[in-house]
Amino acid sequence: MEVELSAAELEQIEKIRSELKGFKKDRGQLIPILQWIQNRLAFLPPEAIEMVAEHLDLSPSEVLGVATFYNQFRFFPPGEHPIKVCLGTACHVKGADIILENFERKLAIREGETTPDRRFSIERVACVGCCALAPVTLMGETVHGHMAPSKVEGLITRVNIEKEVKEREKKAHV
Amino acid sequence: MYEDLKAEAARRKKAFDEDPAPKVHIGMATCGIAAGALETKAAFEQVLAERGISARIHTVGCRGHCYAEPVVIIDHPDSGFPPILYPEVTPGKATMLAKLFLEQGDPRMEHILGAMVENEMIPSVMEFPRFNRETRIVMEKCGLIDPEDIYDYIAAGGYGAFANALENPPELLIHIVKESGLRGRGGAGFPTGKKWAAARNTSGDEKIIICNADEGDPGAYMDRTLLESNPHQVLEGMLICALAVGASRGILYVRAEYPLAVRILRRAIEEARKARLLGKEILGTSFSFDIEIFEGSGAFVCGEETALIRSIEGYRGMPRQRPPYPVTSGLYGKPTVINNVKTFANVPAIIERGAGWFKGIGTEKSPGTAIFSIVGDVIHPGLVEIPMGVTLRTLIFDICGGIPNKKKFKAVQIGGPSGGCLSEAFLDTPIDFDTLSQAGAMMGSGGMVVMDEDSCMVDVSRYFLDFTQKESCGKCTFCRIGTYHLLVALEQLTEGKGETIDVGALKALSEDIQAGSLCGLGKTAPNPVLTSLKHFPEDYEAHIVEKRCPGMTCRPLIAYYIDLEKCARGCDVCEGCCPVDAVFTTPNRKKGIDQSLCVKCGECMTACPPEYKAVIKVSPPHLAPVIERPAQPPKRDAS
Repeated sequence: MEVELSAAELEQIEKIRSELKGFKKDRGQLIPILQWIQNRLAFLPPEAIEMVAEHLDLSPSEVLGVATFYNQFRFFPPGEHPIKVCLGTACHVKGADIILENFERKLAIREGETTPDRRFSIERVACVGCCALAPVTLMGETVHGHMAPSKVEGLITRVNIEKEVKEREKKAHV
Repeated sequence: MYEDLKAEAARRKKAFDEDPAPKVHIGMATCGIAAGALETKAAFEQVLAERGISARIHTVGCRGHCYAEPVVIIDHPDSGFPPILYPEVTPGKATMLAKLFLEQGDPRMEHILGAMVENEMIPSVMEFPRFNRETRIVMEKCGLIDPEDIYDYIAAGGYGAFANALENPPELLIHIVKESGLRGRGGAGFPTGKKWAAARNTSGDEKIIICNADEGDPGAYMDRTLLESNPHQVLEGMLICALAVGASRGILYVRAEYPLAVRILRRAIEEARKARLLGKEILGTSFSFDIEIFEGSGAFVCGEETALIRSIEGYRGMPRQRPPYPVTSGLYGKPTVINNVKTFANVPAIIERGAGWFKGIGTEKSPGTAIFSIVGDVIHPGLVEIPMGVTLRTLIFDICGGIPNKKKFKAVQIGGPSGGCLSEAFLDTPIDFDTLSQAGAMMGSGGMVVMDEDSCMVDVSRYFLDFTQKESCGKCTFCRIGTYHLLVALEQLTEGKGETIDVGALKALSEDIQAGSLCGLGKTAPNPVLTSLKHFPEDYEAHIVEKRCPGMTCRPLIAYYIDLEKCARGCDVCEGCCPVDAVFTTPNRKKGIDQSLCVKCGECMTACPPEYKAVIKVSPPHLAPVIERPAQPPKRDAS
């Protein structure tokens, strides 16, 4: 899947390129630099990998090798509303895989992917740490506890309605 | 110098205590926030501002009572009531409490869990086993102090042990820790004093201390709670360790997935530097030590010490052969002490109260306490700190309230992906490092999942193996490929395609993986399979021979159908809730489930009104009676 970068993202990459010089040219800085870039861009595009490789005097494959080893790094942009389904032990025992499957079906994407309009993305996370609310799903930063398959559709519909309301308000203002 | 800090802390505490305004303590760790503590706090603030009530809001950490979040303690001395603990304080409840209790002095008895101190009006929380059976060393101050205020910690006696340690020779500190018998709380249980002594005796121009807070086990979150609720206790433990081994550099390796913990730690380190507890010439002495934070990027294997070191150095986190152990050659080849968060958190109390006191708690070979995060099918899930040697029965049934919904206990999984599933026969085993290893499980991180009769051991084993297989770093062949084949076999079992699987072969493969792996991940990865094979052979038998799942959880092996005798046929709730439109109605108003479409989510069973209970789950799936779906489903009248 090829990702087309928006103008804002390209601008951000140029900024990162110039600020990158502030980091020490030390192998130990590799992971902190990757984390810093992901904080700014929300994912690591190939351009960023090459930039880091050049700065630290490593081959891009070495940098990508380290980045892909760790779960934290993303190589595709997350959606506007990232959905994180907790698959920790307590959530698994209470049927989190069914919740995940429902999201996948509803949005017609697989776990780790983003919808073509970049509005939703689905991720699995190990443990959010609110096991007493299992099964748990995060939508953006909001935690939704005691999830049920029928709540999945409701959550997505709610987001869609909110968007529609906003658009209508915008139109009314114009 | 320390005396000045203490005096300042005492002055602040006095001002806080003497303020006649009521105090509202809100638990604001990740779990509390997830349950809605931010909204609760906002609701309190709004009512206080609207009505002009004078009260102070004090954000604290977490007490570990996950079932009751968000937890609020209200101390309103003018009302004549003792400090009261309220569970599950929603914004609505917060508004009500602010108006009725803070303003009018009515504590709303029906919402109370208990009083925080003994008194004659309200039963104390200490009357509940969930409170009085615990012994808190590590979590003693959690949920009582503000993690973002160093003076709160100092006022509670914090950094006293370190100030005391500064006046003693390092050998004495190591001697005390050795004497106390403290064992590493990361899971393996290596004696801490021995590790420190080895590091002290290694020569090197720079020695490094690493606090391992890379808590990757799904379902364990005590390290996070501790760092979010009382970060200074961990920093103090690291300081004492640095003093003992002669280190000048400390690294706190925290998971980046714990943003709140990282933020709180950064602030705590900043505050400690300001108070001259970190940095150069600490408290006016010649001792210098500083701590930096390294954010771990989420690889389970980085909990292993040599892998963790590799990841700080900027490489893929792959373990290496030991010896040399990190204490002789660790980060960048320098002597490095790596201890778990809870190990460091135990140290201040040991230095303060002595080795003899610590040895008096717990068992002979495993002194001290253990923290478990108990989740799954229990009434009161959460974090529990108990002395070593308490039995599983006490822990699960007395402290955590037992199994909900009148179901029967089936198994308990201890130690996460490296641990094992224990059956009812082990309920009376005292828990410590050694008894758990003998039973084939391990202390591990302290994650504990309780399962009732409706759980399937094959599925649980598959779940953990799926996790370890994904997290295997790929260095050792047996761990990389062996776990994959073991996982494939378990997947076949849970899908009912396991007729050719030989249980003996599974066991042999598991043992080979254990023998052929370098680090703890591979050595313990087959534990869930081996223990469940040993203690629950009947589950495997049923999957292989009858293609039946006794716990009715393996979805390919179950089916749902609607019992027409019980179905009222008029309510349509099952049809409405089905996410895939598998439920249909025939022209004579019979309900049926189209098995080819059904995804077995169980939603219809949950939705069916309790007075009918018409949806039935069966295993194996061919037991479900077949109702033909009409070729053209009758259209509902849109008008």
